[in-house]
Amino acid sequence: MSAAATPLLAIRGLRAAYGKIEALKGVDLDIATGEIVALIGANGAGKSTLMMSIFGRPRARAGHILFGGRDITALPAHEVARLRIAQSPEGRRIFPRMSVAENLQMGADATPGSAAERAMSLERVLKLFPRLEERMAQRGGTLSGGEQQMLAIGRALMSRPRLLLLDEPSLGLAPLITRQIFAAIRALNREDGLTVLIVEQNANHALRLAHRGYVMVNGLITMSGGGMELLQRPEIRAAYLEGGRRA
Amino acid sequence: MAFILKKAAISALVALGLFFLMIGIRTEAGSSGQLIYWTRFGELAAMVGAVFAGSIVIELLRRWIGPVGGVELPAGVRATFATLGRLLAPALLIFALLVPVIFYKERYLLDLGILVLTYVMLGWGLNIVVGLAGLLDLGYVAFYAVGAYSYALLAQSPLPLPHLVDGFPFVAFSMEQLGPWAFWVLLPVSGLLAALWGVILGFPVLRLRGDYLAIVTLAFGEIIRLVILNWQDLTGGPNGISGIPRPTVFGIPLTPGEHGFAAMIGVPFSPTHRLVFLFYLILALALLTNWATIRLRRLPIGRAWEAMREDEVACRALGINITTTKLSAFAIGAMFGGFAGAFFATRQGFISPESFTFQESALVLAIVVLGGMGSQLGVALAAIAMIGGFELFRGLDQFRMLVFGGVMVLLMIWRPRGLIGHRAPTVFLQKRTEISSSLVKEGHG
Ligand SMILES: Nc1ncnc2c1ncn2[C@@H]1O[C@H](COP(=O)(O)OP(=O)(O)O)[C@@H](O)[C@H]1O
Ligand SMILES: [Mg+2]
Repeated sequence: MSAAATPLLAIRGLRAAYGKIEALKGVDLDIATGEIVALIGANGAGKSTLMMSIFGRPRARAGHILFGGRDITALPAHEVARLRIAQSPEGRRIFPRMSVAENLQMGADATPGSAAERAMSLERVLKLFPRLEERMAQRGGTLSGGEQQMLAIGRALMSRPRLLLLDEPSLGLAPLITRQIFAAIRALNREDGLTVLIVEQNANHALRLAHRGYVMVNGLITMSGGGMELLQRPEIRAAYLEGGRRA
Repeated sequence: MAFILKKAAISALVALGLFFLMIGIRTEAGSSGQLIYWTRFGELAAMVGAVFAGSIVIELLRRWIGPVGGVELPAGVRATFATLGRLLAPALLIFALLVPVIFYKERYLLDLGILVLTYVMLGWGLNIVVGLAGLLDLGYVAFYAVGAYSYALLAQSPLPLPHLVDGFPFVAFSMEQLGPWAFWVLLPVSGLLAALWGVILGFPVLRLRGDYLAIVTLAFGEIIRLVILNWQDLTGGPNGISGIPRPTVFGIPLTPGEHGFAAMIGVPFSPTHRLVFLFYLILALALLTNWATIRLRRLPIGRAWEAMREDEVACRALGINITTTKLSAFAIGAMFGGFAGAFFATRQGFISPESFTFQESALVLAIVVLGGMGSQLGVALAAIAMIGGFELFRGLDQFRMLVFGGVMVLLMIWRPRGLIGHRAPTVFLQKRTEISSSLVKEGHG
């Protein structure tokens, strides 16, 4: 799949900063409908900043973010969510004292939708992550790391997103759990046609999963291409695979 | 056991060292300036003994109900406790309903009951802001004051709304025309005005959290008090406002005479009637607060409050509108504070800035924290314990605060999450077939 005429998400010359520290220095990125796109890069490259700036914090200093052709650069977070862009933020950030069911409900609350649609999304989430069903009444904070990640993704899915943003879903997880979660993402993409942007430090899994990938260094995109194609490049292997997480 | 005894002995020893000079020897300046002293070893021994015994009790309690594992109670005992816990709230409610019947002759106890219930209501109101939404508000008394002054000023001052348009009857309306209905009309008005002030406070603090929020809200409480104190023309300043209309039983005044409530129902007049009525009034207001909170917790807005307390960043990532979530928490919390304020004004018949000091905010906040930050039952128990405890230790005069502080510290050691730290979930679902009814019921965006 390649970027179609009008990509679902188009980022053009995006700049964003925290005070004087410029974290994004003119980023271009496209995601076509139905694609999985991986954004890889070392710690501190600006990957999370890119994801969060889609939700308006930090706000773009220059450039544009277009969703389905519409400029959403200046929209507040709750309106971005209403366009059905959903996010599983870095570090999972589930609500620890709330039950699994309440966490999922929180994902559904911010976007409009009928009861039947909600029921369908919940059914989908529980089919993807059957472990969550057994733990519906359990408090989020008592889940294992892998289950928390499943909950974070499930919570994002409750809004029936058109675009799902995942920030480091494999962070701190055992390889087996990581594989399960990546399998779920692939299933969502293949079976439901969900468009996904996945941010990872660990390039191996992400690039294998993705149709296309971007590499970010110091707030700039330095490389892009097909997932497997990027994975073959020696400079990528050196920087993001064998050596693991070198800065 | 040996460990407990050892620990108690050490505590007693420390107490002996500390109290030897403080209590054991009493000094005073004699008539010609010389030093007079005498020993009080009896009291000293009693004090050290109390520390020893208290230390054992504390340690035993800590092992039983302490946060660190400790002795597991047998399953039967635990089940009994659980049942008792579930029955506690209904039992308390029935008891509250019966208080005016049981203690009809004890005006003091009725008064105390009204006071306790006022704080239960304030606790429940602040609980929305602090316990549910996690916004540390040290200026809650401001809304209590706004409610009280709104009622007092609107009901009592002649305040005929000026004739802006000649001949338009609505504008010529004077609050005095409300007559016996003043309280019932102005109660919601006071609540709404307080809610408005909640929003006014909310806007500047939208971006503040934790300590910063606490400081600004504290200042806000003081500002409101100082404005009331200094705006003499309107509020009477330090002299306060007196002659505030007393409440009526839906228009029927609680007065002697043929139009009074007693005459209406054909019993001899007694001033206790008003107390009983006030008791039920504040009970109803408090229960309204409780009911509203329970309802709101099950709606998206209430869930958003709790989620915001847990993790504001996650809320933003989910597209929760943080601005409306915060402002609504401030506004609704403030509204109930305003209701309580209007009640306070009508109950006292007199208000002055002295009733709205920071100490009130601190007391209500202590009730919420002690109760368990979000637990309705916990807040009620904490209000009963604190206000009741204050009365109990009235005889101790200046030691009252000391005892109060000590008890707070001890409670926070045993129950760091408050009396009732358990949080009841509001969304239940087990099987997929139940989903559509239970999960989705109230989630229409
Ligand atoms: N809240 C913040 N305040 C200030 N600087 C930040 C903040 N968040 C991130 N940064 C800085 O922005 C840069 C990019 O960070 P981030 O987007 O988190 O990188 P990544 O997700 O790729 O690891 C880093 O230099 C980081 O220190
Ligand atoms: Mg990151």
